[in-house]
Amino acid sequence: MTDLSVRRRRRALTPGQWIGRALVAVVLLAFAAFFILPIIWLLLAPTKTNSELLLSGPFAFGSFEQLVANWNELFAFGSGVFAVWLGNSAFYSFAALAITLIVSIPAGYALALIEFKGRRLLLVTTLVVMLIPNTALVLPIFLELSAVRLIGSPLAVILPFSFFPFGVYLTYIYFSTAVSRDLLNAARIDGAGELRVFSQVAMPLATPVIALVGFFSFVANWNNYFLPFLVVGGQKIPVQVGLANLLSNVPAFNPTTASSIVIQLPTLALATLLSVAPILLIFLFAQRFLVEGMTAGGTKE
Amino acid sequence: MTVTAPPAPAGVVPSGRRRPERRRASRSNAGQSRFGYVFVSGYTLLLVAFGLLPTLYALFLSFTRNGVFVGFDNFVRVFNDYRFLPAVGHVAMYVVFWLVSLIVLVVILAIVVHSIRVRWLGDTARFLFYIPGAIAGASSVLLWLFVLDPSVSPVSALLRSMGYESLVNVVAVGNLPVVFTVIAFWAGAGGWIVIMYGALNNISADIMEAARIDGAGALQVAWHIQLPMLTKWISYMGIMSLAAGTQLFVEPKVLAQATKNVVPEDYSLNQLAYLYAFRQGDFSGSAAISVMLLVVALGLSTIFIFRGKLFERD
Repeated sequence: MTDLSVRRRRRALTPGQWIGRALVAVVLLAFAAFFILPIIWLLLAPTKTNSELLLSGPFAFGSFEQLVANWNELFAFGSGVFAVWLGNSAFYSFAALAITLIVSIPAGYALALIEFKGRRLLLVTTLVVMLIPNTALVLPIFLELSAVRLIGSPLAVILPFSFFPFGVYLTYIYFSTAVSRDLLNAARIDGAGELRVFSQVAMPLATPVIALVGFFSFVANWNNYFLPFLVVGGQKIPVQVGLANLLSNVPAFNPTTASSIVIQLPTLALATLLSVAPILLIFLFAQRFLVEGMTAGGTKE
Repeated sequence: MTVTAPPAPAGVVPSGRRRPERRRASRSNAGQSRFGYVFVSGYTLLLVAFGLLPTLYALFLSFTRNGVFVGFDNFVRVFNDYRFLPAVGHVAMYVVFWLVSLIVLVVILAIVVHSIRVRWLGDTARFLFYIPGAIAGASSVLLWLFVLDPSVSPVSALLRSMGYESLVNVVAVGNLPVVFTVIAFWAGAGGWIVIMYGALNNISADIMEAARIDGAGALQVAWHIQLPMLTKWISYMGIMSLAAGTQLFVEPKVLAQATKNVVPEDYSLNQLAYLYAFRQGDFSGSAAISVMLLVVALGLSTIFIFRGKLFERD
């Protein structure tokens, strides 16, 4: 559109169009508030005392001293069990991330650039499994793991987490669009073996997709509640499961709570915030990845 | 809904961008294909261990009792459980609310955001819409416990004006489909808006310009050009969300925990399957329920892959 036509259109704005624009602005503002206000509230709540939370304005800031006090209360709870949960989450997510990358990148590469029997079957199976909600397999996986007596072991979380068909699919898409077969064939003609073609030609080009797969795998694993809830217990639970367990110690939601150790609401809000903090930070700093992955190279900005 | 949310909605490629001829590569030698197997071996192992085997084992359990084949007995037993049909009803009700609001609002918001000419404003809006996606699973339910509890809620005036005085009022069983829809929409809609926005960007500028020159207003462009172009994405979103919606678990589970079972602990099908396994020690019944849910999910994803034309690439 040329500058001229823009200007002409602006001048010709009818009252109807003005109303349209105002309507658009209202809709956008209303939904922006809906999406963002709960997060802002969550950022502010841990700075308050329990009574400030109940009585002062929802978007008022408490004090840093109170934030520290809530922090100390949270990490003192159950002799520091919250830190253990965070550590478990990090351990499970990173261990699974490592295995996911080690198996998915070569698999996606082979599906995209190497001919072998069964390739199409594997690809279609990957798509089918990728598109079923990951919760659908949780109970079957639990039943299987209890048959082989793995329940309670960290492996019961890490191994199922490592199975990430979406990562294979992303890698497959990446290699089949971004790397040309001719390039690989040229390397082969020059006498490079398959292993060298992969490690020295394909891998250096793969950095973006490694980051992308890593991002999605980490986020999915960190946020997973259902599977770890079923397969590990006690000191081995990740923070998502622990957070829900904290609820039984909150008198405000649970008036009948029998426990003598209670958690105040601002402390629970802090726990909620910390349980999502790593993901929130990744989202803030990796917007480009996120959008790229969600549209998987299919659309252009 | 996040845990149940679109499985990273992503991974979709518009049709029409087929890969250049494959045939020519079929001359590949045996050595190359041997490496193909090596490269996919690790992943295939995981696929078998955590995709195929659990499915087969659940099937086996659901048709046997203590190792003896019993036909459909387990399914009949579960079906006759007084908790089963209400759970189906709860999940169906939630899925209806969730799908309708998701489809209508996501399409409207994507088109509205796409119509913003000022680049930074559009980018900011998209960012604000999808940032709640970071807060998933139990965390998002906990956050919404606060938002829905009139005594601490940032919108307590709104809740009180609707006549709710306490959390237990808000999460009364009749309200739950709406409550879960709001939570799921809050965490999941942004990702879909980003996807729809990307699809809208793919509509050629010429078509849009031609329509404008012909005097079409924004509404007409949306109705006659943008909406038809979005159909296949909308059906993708609908099918993925339907499959995810049937899996409802973490929301009612955490709410049940928070309200001491004012929200029943057998509200959804997955919760019921969980109770069968953990409360009653009845793995066969639990497997029967998960097999039913798995059949729905597999059916939807298979139909979509073979009929949906979104994955025409290979």
